[in-house]
Amino acid sequence: MASLWQYANPQKFLAVSRAVLPFVAGGAAICLVVGLVWGFFFTPDDYKQGSTVKIIYLHVPAALMAINAWLMMLVASLIWLVRRHHVSALAAKAAAPIGITMTVIALVTGAIWGEPMWGTYWAWDPRLTSFLILFLFYLGYSALWQAIESPDAAADLTSVLCMVGSVFAILSRYAVNFWNQGLHQGASLSLDKEENVSDVFYLPLLVCIAGFILLFVALVLLRTQTEIRQRQLKALEARERMA
Amino acid sequence: MIALFWRDMRLAMRAGGGFGLGLSFFLILTVLVPFGVGPQSEILSVIAPGILWVGALLACLLSLDRIFALDFEDGSLDLLATAPIPLEGVVAMKAAAHWVTTGLPLVIAAPVLGVLLHLEGGAVRWLILGLIIGTPALSMIGAFGAGLTVGLKRGGLLMSLLVLPLYVPTLIFGAEVVKRGALGMEVQGVILILSAITLAVWALLPFAAAAALRINLR
Repeated sequence: MASLWQYANPQKFLAVSRAVLPFVAGGAAICLVVGLVWGFFFTPDDYKQGSTVKIIYLHVPAALMAINAWLMMLVASLIWLVRRHHVSALAAKAAAPIGITMTVIALVTGAIWGEPMWGTYWAWDPRLTSFLILFLFYLGYSALWQAIESPDAAADLTSVLCMVGSVFAILSRYAVNFWNQGLHQGASLSLDKEENVSDVFYLPLLVCIAGFILLFVALVLLRTQTEIRQRQLKALEARERMA
Repeated sequence: MIALFWRDMRLAMRAGGGFGLGLSFFLILTVLVPFGVGPQSEILSVIAPGILWVGALLACLLSLDRIFALDFEDGSLDLLATAPIPLEGVVAMKAAAHWVTTGLPLVIAAPVLGVLLHLEGGAVRWLILGLIIGTPALSMIGAFGAGLTVGLKRGGLLMSLLVLPLYVPTLIFGAEVVKRGALGMEVQGVILILSAITLAVWALLPFAAAAALRINLR
């Protein structure tokens, strides 16, 4: 009986992820190259923003992945707490640095775009501020992983932190709305609108988003494999010392 | 559980640094700020609510390790964990004792320090009200952070990194109460949200903190 949980077995996970990884990574590379080249060189400049509009192809997908990486960590943490599959905990651990990177990309590209457009690199806008807070949550989460020696205790504690942190991150998101008026434009993409951004920009953007999602999956798979190997190596070393 | 509360209170007072240390820190922070930004009373009165709130946050943070660390070292935390009272209750009582020994003195001292920073008379009322409602949340969130890091050798810095982002909502709404109160705007809604945060934190976080403690005591 095939079930999703059979991939909780590290060996099965390794075998499947090794088979899948080249395709995911290749897909990510193709999507990113196509999307970015298309977006950077074959779309017109915006009539108001000029060529700076093209940073959307990095900024929006990175911001999207920054939030979804945390969501993935939350799900993986819950799975670890409930079903105690080690692969799940390691996947959450593996996703954190990628989430940090995505958050930094979103913040930095936003700052680069903000300078010519808003006249400032940084404004205490609700969206910007909540992203900075998300970044702090990521930092705390990874720091806790690194600080604890016992791997199981580290997985448990970071999972608890991830759950509590998620609640507070959402709370902070709405609290900062209260605290300051926004400068940032509304959501660029939502499923319930007829047209989000003009189609010329929309299609390459979708390709870029697909590229970022695949890139994220590929990196998580790769890093989880590394974590599993590291765990195996430690077990081997321990066994050797015993013998 | 009541006995535990009084035990923590006695420990905090007799070991020294209970009421005094947090308060002194609060005072020195308030004294340092005018040195940093200059003594103009217009500027000071604008930033006073923020300074006092951030000061309360930091004073609370500095005393967090007292909640569990000492009991963890001398083993009494193990006894408390195996005692016939729920660990969640232990956490709540310890957080309550922490609030009484650090949060409450800050609330009482805040008006005096507000005078130092030229805080306007109308805003003081709201500052005190906001602090009374908000600081219990700080103690409970802090207890959660302390529970997470109790087993670590150098957990202090890590704990600040973990706890401070969790303080953001409380800080925002707490400062908002003072700001709106000083401007004569409608405050009730913000106060209700602040109370909701504190109540929710006290209802839910003892479970998370107790879970973290159980993992650390394993």
